[in-house]
This record gives sequence, C-alpha cells and structure tokens, in this order.
Amino acid sequence: MKLRSVLPAVAALALLASCAPAQSGPAGAGGDQTSGTLRVWMFDEANRAPKEAAVKEAITEFEAHHSGVKVDVQWVPVEDRANKFSGAFNDPSNAPDVAEFGNTDVSSYAQTGALADLTKDLANWSDGKDLIPSVLDTAKANGKIYGIPWFTGIRALYYRTDVFAELGLKPPATLAELTEDAHKIRAAKPDLYGIATGGKFAYALLPFVWANGGEIAKQDNGKWTSTMDSPQAKAGVSGYANLIKDDICPPAACANLTGTQSITAFAGGKAGMAIGGDFNRQAVERGAVKGKYAIVPIPGTTPGSIAPAFAGGNLLGVFAASQRRSLAAQFAELLAGQKYQEKMYAAMGNLPTLGSVQKKVAANDPSLKAFVDTIAAGTKFVPATPAWSKIDSQNILPTAVQQIVTGGKDVDGALADAVAAMNKNFG
Amino acid sequence: MASVRSAQVRRRDGGAALRYLLPAGILLAALLVYPIYQLVLISLYDYGQPQASGVAPLVFLGLDNYAGLLSDVQFWTVLGKTVGFAAACVLGSLAAGTALAVLATRVRAFPRMLLFLAALGAWATPAIAGSYVWLFLFDTDFGLVNEVLSGVGFTGMAHHSWTFGTFGAFGLVAAEVIWCSFPFVLVTMYAGISGVPKETLEAASLDGASVWRTSWSVVLPAVRPLLMIATVQSIIWDFKVFTQIYVMTNGGGVAGRNLVLNVYAYQQAFAGQEYGLGSAIGVVMTVLLLSITGLYVRSQRRSSAWL
Repeated sequence: MKLRSVLPAVAALALLASCAPAQSGPAGAGGDQTSGTLRVWMFDEANRAPKEAAVKEAITEFEAHHSGVKVDVQWVPVEDRANKFSGAFNDPSNAPDVAEFGNTDVSSYAQTGALADLTKDLANWSDGKDLIPSVLDTAKANGKIYGIPWFTGIRALYYRTDVFAELGLKPPATLAELTEDAHKIRAAKPDLYGIATGGKFAYALLPFVWANGGEIAKQDNGKWTSTMDSPQAKAGVSGYANLIKDDICPPAACANLTGTQSITAFAGGKAGMAIGGDFNRQAVERGAVKGKYAIVPIPGTTPGSIAPAFAGGNLLGVFAASQRRSLAAQFAELLAGQKYQEKMYAAMGNLPTLGSVQKKVAANDPSLKAFVDTIAAGTKFVPATPAWSKIDSQNILPTAVQQIVTGGKDVDGALADAVAAMNKNFG
Repeated sequence: MASVRSAQVRRRDGGAALRYLLPAGILLAALLVYPIYQLVLISLYDYGQPQASGVAPLVFLGLDNYAGLLSDVQFWTVLGKTVGFAAACVLGSLAAGTALAVLATRVRAFPRMLLFLAALGAWATPAIAGSYVWLFLFDTDFGLVNEVLSGVGFTGMAHHSWTFGTFGAFGLVAAEVIWCSFPFVLVTMYAGISGVPKETLEAASLDGASVWRTSWSVVLPAVRPLLMIATVQSIIWDFKVFTQIYVMTNGGGVAGRNLVLNVYAYQQAFAGQEYGLGSAIGVVMTVLLLSITGLYVRSQRRSSAWL
C-alpha cells in the first residue's frame, strides 16, 4: 500500500468515525455506596479560618457516624468558580459529591443536568420545614429544588465610627449623602478610600440601580430583555461610578476591585466605608478596624428609605453523578441543619436560612439589625434564567462600570453595549 | 526489466517510509489532528455547557459562529491589539537576543558564562512564576521598582499602578515576555555567529571591509536561516501568549482592554460557556498563524539562496 493512498483513507475513516463533536454523556444515575471518600467543594472566603473550623467540626462528626467514610474538602475561589464548575460538568467522574454554590447560578447549573433534584430529600428532612420560604425559592429552577439554602447573603454599609465621629459625619441617609460623606473622608484623610468599592463588584452596583427604580431586565412572554439602558438604571450606574473617582476611590486602585477585595481593604483600615455582606462580619471583626465600625442598611434615594439589596445566598447541592448519593445528601443536611447553621453564624456572622435559627441569633445580636432591616425592606434577585450565569461570568456589568470609570466610554455608550451583550445571552 | 525493478524498489521504499513514519504519525494524529478536527467541528455547532454535558441536542450552525465573530467589533479590536503586542514582543526579543549574542561573541569566557547563566535562568523560569515575580517587582504599593524610582527622585512614581493604563499594562507584560523569550534567540544567534568561518571574516577584513560591512554582507547572510527560525518561533510564541496576560493583567485588564486573542478565546469558551464561539476563535487563530508563518517563510526563501 502506498503512503499516498493510505492517508486519505485514514482521514475519511476519522471523518466517518464521528460526525458530531464529542459530548460527555448525560450525568449518570450515580450510585449509593456507603463508604469511601466524599468530595466536597466549598467557597474560599475573605477570612477562611473560622469557616474551615466549623466545616472541619462537621466533618469530624460525620466521619464518626459513618465508618469508612472520609470527607475531602477543596476550597474554590469565588471568582474562578465558572471554570471549576464547567470542568466538573464536563467530566462527571472528577466532579465533587457535594458543592457549595451561589443561588445566582442555580438556573444554569440545573440546565446542565449535573445537579441532583433534592426536592424529596428536603421533604423528608426534619429541618426542611423550617427553611424560610422566600430563601428556598432562590434554590429552585423549574419548580425543583437543586440545593439546600445554607446561609443568606445580604449586603449593607459598613462604616468607620471613629472616622465619622472625628469628621462630624452621620451615617448617610441617602445615596447622595453617601457619596458626599465618602468625598469628605477622602479629602480629610487622603490615605483612606472614601468608600472601598470596585469595578468588579456587581452586587454593590445593583442596589444603586434598584434604589433609583431601575431593573436589570424584564420578562415578556418568557423572553428576557435587558432594561439597563432605562433612565433610572443609568442614574443608578452613574451614581455608583461616581464613587470610583480619584477623590473617593481612585480608578487605578479600585477599577479592578472585587467584593472580597473591597471588604479586605475596609477590614485592613484602608477605607472609611465599604459595602459588605453579613458573611463578611467575622473577616472585619478580625481585622484592624475591630470595635471601630458599625453597619447600617444601604440607604435609598430619599431619607429613611433602604436601597433594595440583592437576595444572595449560598446553597449546598449534590451532584447527580455522585457515587454516594445518600451520604452526600446527609452531609449537606448536617451542614445546613440547625446545629451547624448556628456554628456557621458564630464563625462567619452570616444570616441563617432556618427561620428558628435566624430569629434566635437576631434576638441576641443587635449588629445583625442592619441586615434584618434590609431584608424586611424588600430584596431583589437577578433574572432567574440560565443566561444569568453567563452574563455574570462574562463580567458584562462590571465591564460597563470599568469603561465608565476609566473614561473609555460614557454612561450611555457603556450601557448600550452592556444591554446588547445581555440580550445576546438572553437569546 | 530495469523499470520493473525500480518500481519494486520504489514500493519497498514507500513501505519502509510508512513504517518509519508510523510512530510519529500516530502520535501526531492523536495529539494534533484529532484535537484540531474536534475544534473545527465544535466551531460549527451551537455548543454550550448543556450541549457539552449531553443534556441538550446539538444544533448545527454552519459558519454562524464565524459570521458572528467577524461582525463583532471587540474581536477586531482584540485582534489588532494582539498583532501589535506580538509584533512588539517579537521585535523586542529579536533585538535583545541578537544584541546579546553579538556581545557574547566579543567577551571572554567568564563573562560569557555569566550572561548565559542569567539568560538560561530567565528561560527556565515557568511563565506563571515569572509573571508573579514581575508583578511583585512592579507592585503599586510594595514594589521594588516604585520604591527605587521614588527614592532616586521620581516622587510621582511612588504609588504608580503599572498594570492600570492600557499601554502601561501591555508594556509591562511585553517586557516580561521579552525577558523570558530572548534567551532562545540569544542561544540560536550565538551558535550562528560563532559558526561563521574565521577565514571568511579574515578575507573580508583583508579586502578592507568595515565592521558594519562585514556584519551586513558576511555574517548576516550566514545566519539568515537561523534568524528566520528564531523569528518564526517568536511569532508563534508571542501571538499565542496567554499566561502572562492572564496573570499580570488579571484576566485581560480593566474592562478587558488588555485582552489578547488567546485570553479572549478562553473567556468566551470557558467563562462564557460558549465553546462553539471559543473554538471558532481558536480556528481563526490557527489559520492566521499558519498564514503569517507561511508568508514569512516564502518571502525569506525568495530573498535568499540558502533555503
């Protein structure tokens, strides 16, 4: 056989072999082994040690009750989660059994079929009825529950009591006052950011949009369309972008800041204010500003109003391909149960998702008031569609903010691009 | 009779060639042809995360991904920046490498050894480690460079952010890329220059040629094939830069203004979960690189009798 005649034959064979791109099969049914290693993915936090301690305690308890079971935890950086989870979806054999993930990603993760439907497990779980219904709603996609709500993430305004007292400032009552205060702080103390906030911090931007009456998107007949180019949304975005200016938080340092980095800067004593979550309280408490800060709700546009906060929160989900389905669900239930929700609250200071636990801790901890008030004033959520994960990981809103603060585009231009990009994802 | 025998010999030769080529051929097919085949195939489909996981049906798009890409303003912006960035890196590493190669031929053994050790150290440093070291050196608040600059009187540089401005960030990354890719040029060109026969150089100087004349008319033609290899390699490497940009500009700079094609493809494919579109970018990049390299090799072939 001649070389020349062999090559086309080989090529033709290869073409015939597969005419469509490779797909990994749909996640298998998984298994129900009762021993072996249970793989768990948890999010890395601004200060991981207390969270790690609480999780380790749960692991010790779990391993003591299940002989032959080892729990292996991997810490996933929040900003890098899209890549990690994509990898797990494409290769179910390397996926974890249990994973912590944000409620904004539920729709898109559910769409891949990689997560197990936990509706039945929750119905049979003793703490299941105690879950706050509005919180449980954020764990649903197409009516099925894909994760156990572990804690609620609500953001509020952290401010330095010592700096405010020294400069004779009162906690801001409106967003305009917030900007003014930030300005004054930076003017009086040039080594502080007036408010530490960043171009890569969409969940600080959204309260500004919502407080001004804007919305991310609207849904007509099941089809989503972005409304970030409405006058209200534009007012919100430009209000937020005004914080990332040389006289408050210089773009050279702040344009690329994430939420975690801004709260780290505040905890390190580098800022007069910051927008942070209930889940950041321990990180701040262990920082340089311990005893010198207080928390209030993010104000709205009129005195006395509260800007609608983003109803964030993390869930514990089980992968459908898990070889230890029951063990995985049991471990998730242990972590999300009363005992460890209280321990997680003690460790991280974040709001529990079980009604009874939330009431109990809020009664004993006045510093939770800002978060509880914010929830009472009404929260909002991102568009409940699989497209949101993509919009989030493509950094569409942060890019718009960054373009504005670096002077690359004006508000109209940047938001027009963002709307086009979002609508492309909505399809 | 003779023609029959020569045909038999040819056939035996063909068989032998096939057997010799088979191991490399299998390896290439498995590691190169098959992935590229998959890449092209995926680029023709609407291939997102649900399709990759096998829960959504595949939709054949034909060339829609390419049409979408070519009509996207951002793609052209990123392509333009990539070409400019790669050109600067190629010229920089060729200039630095060649200049140091010339230097190496003119100094004594000990300094030459030091030069080579330093160059090999830079060459051996993994891209990620190198990027982080440079980031530490040029850190806004704690970096050695800012400290030294403000110490010697440039007080404006005290808290200068090197990675913020579009050109600043590209310049810093380009410097790092040049730093870790000039050693290859240095080693190649040093071998070339020291390979020029002494007699030829002597003859040139006896004929009264100046140093410049000798370099231009004797040494340069002699090292031309090597220079071409170094250039082609540099073009391919620098056009495909990923790690340095990804690490040093935090995934493409503020508002993505420091994106290069490879990082852009990665973001579309993995962060955006648009594997189809990402593959299309990959295919376009492969075609671009092949044609740039092809054109360059052809132009060199025409202008010199050495190849």
